[in-house]
Amino acid sequence: MSDLRDLYQQTILDHTRKPRNKHEMSDATATADGHNPLCGDKIKLFLKVSNGIIEDISFTGNGCAISTASASMMTEALKGKSLAEVQALFERFHTMLTSPMDRDPDIEVLDKLAVFSGVREFPVRVKCATLPWHTLQAAIKHEHRPVSTE
Amino acid sequence: MTTTAEKKIAGRKAPKPDAFDVAAIRNDFPLLQTQSHGKPLAYLDNAATSQKPQAVIAAIARYYTNYNANIHRGVYKLSADATAAYEGAREKIARFINAPSAREIVFVRGATEAVNLVAATWGMDNIHSGDEIIVSEMEHHSNIVPWQLLARRTGAILRVVGITDAGELSMEHYQSLLSERTRLVALTHVSNAMGTINPVDRIVALAHARGIPVLIDGAQSIPHLPIDVQKIGCDFFVFSGHKLCAPTGIGALWARYDLLDKMPPYQGGGDMISSVTFSGSTWNEVPHKFEAGTPHIAGAIGLGVAIDYLSGLGMDAIARYEHELLTDATEKLEKISGLRIIGTAPEKAAVISFVMENIHPHDIGTIVDGEGVAIRTGHHCCQPLMDRYNIPATARASLAFYNTREDVDRLVAAIEKVKEVFN
Repeated sequence: MSDLRDLYQQTILDHTRKPRNKHEMSDATATADGHNPLCGDKIKLFLKVSNGIIEDISFTGNGCAISTASASMMTEALKGKSLAEVQALFERFHTMLTSPMDRDPDIEVLDKLAVFSGVREFPVRVKCATLPWHTLQAAIKHEHRPVSTE
Repeated sequence: MTTTAEKKIAGRKAPKPDAFDVAAIRNDFPLLQTQSHGKPLAYLDNAATSQKPQAVIAAIARYYTNYNANIHRGVYKLSADATAAYEGAREKIARFINAPSAREIVFVRGATEAVNLVAATWGMDNIHSGDEIIVSEMEHHSNIVPWQLLARRTGAILRVVGITDAGELSMEHYQSLLSERTRLVALTHVSNAMGTINPVDRIVALAHARGIPVLIDGAQSIPHLPIDVQKIGCDFFVFSGHKLCAPTGIGALWARYDLLDKMPPYQGGGDMISSVTFSGSTWNEVPHKFEAGTPHIAGAIGLGVAIDYLSGLGMDAIARYEHELLTDATEKLEKISGLRIIGTAPEKAAVISFVMENIHPHDIGTIVDGEGVAIRTGHHCCQPLMDRYNIPATARASLAFYNTREDVDRLVAAIEKVKEVFN
């Protein structure tokens, strides 16, 4: 068995118990809905973008520990970032979750988000961690139809 | 190996009434001897699919090894043997559910296809704009969506029977929905998400008093209870083989002969015709009219052997044993603080859905999996039911006759581990 402690790290559990930026946003410039039908996770993402910079970001919804912590930590990591930086970060995050265990995560770029590297050992849970990020992509594209991980 | 031999392959001999030898039964299932994450497997996802006894696995191998041939039209011995085994399975199914005749058994891929078949044939002939179809809040998507598709095509309307907080069908609401506009009642016998056993005899009697036909979804009842379609009195009964120790991709529709006889074909093709000309074709007799193309011959044979196996154990004995397990599991799970069981009807099959305070079912599933315990987490193809309880998902343990009190104890210990991780 892959070690559960790699998946449920203290930082992740902390964000699950006390999610940051979990609220609606009345002056959002874009929103998107995400859904993981496998586990019933639902997320709504709110973005306030100005001159290509994410001024504010928040989320609401109901999900498992991994998707909730991922949404919470994503919002913390992205505030003040340019859309180009966001894109680069998403690609690194995605690469980390889909690369072999022996490859070390790019901690310099990912910073705190590297705690999700343990999710790699649990392939069925990768979608939980990426759901907020896929929803973010949809919001950035101003797509209004819900995204689904299936 | 001939089909005569196939008929002789029963499971073990019927046990004495008070001795349900689970240890011996478990030895019949190769997969139950395996490990998961280095721990003995506690397989508690039987409502999704059952494990297969060696007798079924061997029967499928025997068909492909010794008498693989297409059925019904071959003049050679292999084909005759295959046909006899395939049709023999149909007879076994008829006896198993006490159908008046084996020609009332239509082989399909599973319960889902059976419901779709009835909707696409009987439904298109008998359901018109403004007509009403009654389903319930506890239906599996497979007994909702085919009717929604039919309603979209015909302009019919779905009426939904509500359920109580305990997860029982509201019989009061059901009776209030029955009207002169109702053309069909389509309800589940046993809820896959909660285990509730619905009072199908009464459901049918109330509908028949108004001349309304009833389809019963038996996917979750047939693995756990003795089934007698004549006693239930329904008009259609559908089930899947794979929940009944048989392979996937095979199941059956039972319907009264007079209904099947009047229903148009489902799919066109070989085997379902009597004659084909370019000016028109005529249909084969029931049930072949509904079985276009080469069917899942090995699956049907496997289903027949699975029925032999279960009959050998005795469905009454299975139901009694599973009820004891359910009582044991319910008592133990209820004692876990922060755990709430969804579905507490007095009449239940051995399914326990539960949620835990501040812990998502998906996390429960991953952590107990690490302990070698396989349970289901999610909406169980019952999104309307999840909405009814205002929950996104549940964790579900569903037991079978080969599960033990030890399996239950391992689930309880694994749930304690879940609490450790999150506290």
